Amino acid sequence: MLKISHVSKTFNPGTVTEKQALRDLNLHLEPEDFVTIIGGNGAGKSTMLNMIAGVYPIDCGTIYLDGVNISRQPEYKRASLLGRVFQDPMMGTAAGMQIEENMALAHRRGRRRGLKWGVTKQEKEIFHEELKRLGLGLEERMTAKVGLLSGGQRQALTLLMATLQKPKLLLLDEHTAALDPRTAKKVLSLTEEMVAEARLTALMVTHNMKDALRLGNRLIMMHEGQIIYDVRGEEKKKLRVEDLLKKFEDASGGEFANDRMMLSD
Amino acid sequence: MGIILAIQGAVSQGILWGIMALGIYLTYRILDVADLTVDGSFALGGCTCAALITVGVNPWLSLVVAVLAGMLAGFITGLLHTRCEIPAILAGILTQIGLYSINLRIMGRSNTPLLKSPTIFKQLVSLTGLGQNWVSMVVGLIFVAGLIAVLYWFFGTEIGSAIRATGNNENMARSLGMNTNRNKVLGLAISNGLVALSGALVTQSQGYADVKQGTGAIVIGLASIIIGEVIFGKKTSFGTKLLSVVIGSVIYRIIVAVVLQLGLNTDDLKLLTAILVAAALTVPVFLEKRRRAASYNPMTDGDAGKGGK
Repeated sequence: MLKISHVSKTFNPGTVTEKQALRDLNLHLEPEDFVTIIGGNGAGKSTMLNMIAGVYPIDCGTIYLDGVNISRQPEYKRASLLGRVFQDPMMGTAAGMQIEENMALAHRRGRRRGLKWGVTKQEKEIFHEELKRLGLGLEERMTAKVGLLSGGQRQALTLLMATLQKPKLLLLDEHTAALDPRTAKKVLSLTEEMVAEARLTALMVTHNMKDALRLGNRLIMMHEGQIIYDVRGEEKKKLRVEDLLKKFEDASGGEFANDRMMLSD
Repeated sequence: MGIILAIQGAVSQGILWGIMALGIYLTYRILDVADLTVDGSFALGGCTCAALITVGVNPWLSLVVAVLAGMLAGFITGLLHTRCEIPAILAGILTQIGLYSINLRIMGRSNTPLLKSPTIFKQLVSLTGLGQNWVSMVVGLIFVAGLIAVLYWFFGTEIGSAIRATGNNENMARSLGMNTNRNKVLGLAISNGLVALSGALVTQSQGYADVKQGTGAIVIGLASIIIGEVIFGKKTSFGTKLLSVVIGSVIYRIIVAVVLQLGLNTDDLKLLTAILVAAALTVPVFLEKRRRAASYNPMTDGDAGKGGK
């Protein structure tokens, strides 16, 4: 499904702020893998997702998704294969456009856009049904501007939009981190539901270790731009938070003790 | 009597210049780009049109060529901005400055009178027997109505929605597979096409083209947009917004006509326009600050949370 081989990325090379974000990264996903990604700040979690999405070019290596070499494709072209939800709830939706217009834009991800009407009547019916699943009452406000919604509502909408056209790979970049605990829980259970229902392949970055353990069939831990731990199936189910902390400390020589990950419940 | 004639002239000028304001609205409000190509592309439309008419090209066809020239100017600004990654404001200024020389080349001199040449307005005056002002007004209204209808349709289509999304949230647009660079270039081309059309119509209506006719056009366009928003508010439908821009342009021309009638020197007009736009942009900011200051609640008494009423 996804095959990342020998990918490296250095930001600001040759300057004082030079930072090697990814070092010879390798990752191979099976179809329907739901992978949670943990790691300290600056471990390269978000960078990895951004490299897959094509936000920045990679320095070397290759990325194959569903058999297509996307290593050097521009971001907007890769979008046909990817569903994305960002940490910032403002980032995934257009505030000045209506809910149904936003959904219609997402519904056309990866398709040619022409001079046909931007939102069809048939689509509105589909969107109405889809919005009901969120349980937020948005189906009654389809012509409201997205800017009027709360962060949680916008994030739930972004998640729905990301899966409206089934993506080959769903990228979730700490998508509940900016939400209050109750909303975060709701968005997370929606995520679980949608991934299971559409049998999606997904990568989810999280700072919450319990979530990382509870969700998905596979867990990877990153440190200094590399994957230092990769566990799946039965073995993952047996893992506990303490085991992860131990792993972190082994890998980093104890520096994780003061990382904000410790504070997550 | 003088003032009525002046206002009538102002209305017809306002409508023709309103087409330019529509073009500026597309970049300034929809694409969220301050495009300074406008001063150059407005004159480009006028100069191209006048040069063609003087060599015997049909005035209607000259309008079409003027639009294409304007679109090309917008296209170049778009490429400078997206491909060469030059900030939008600078990209626009570069095209604008370049166009000054190009406009001189097109006309071969700085001013082209159309006194003895046919224009669409002269044709229609002799055809209908109406006065020049009336013809300008009716032609302007027909163009404006047609353009608003086409723009309303276009920005409801898939491509139009993608352009709006690009102006609204570029990140989101790219993540949903939109080629945001192409959308910006397209938006800039359409916008400058409208601006050039306006320049060409103004040229034909006033009977001459001047290489400096676009100076300050961007500010006049912004003034029109802001006046329209003050009158109609910001929370109106898209069609009303487009209409409000043209009405804003008409009101701007009426204000100008009135202050000129009251004895203002035409040399001071640009200063007046600049002050008008600066004031119109400042007032909402100050109102918002005052509103916030008035609703500030230190939460020290029992009425906490109800403050500001």
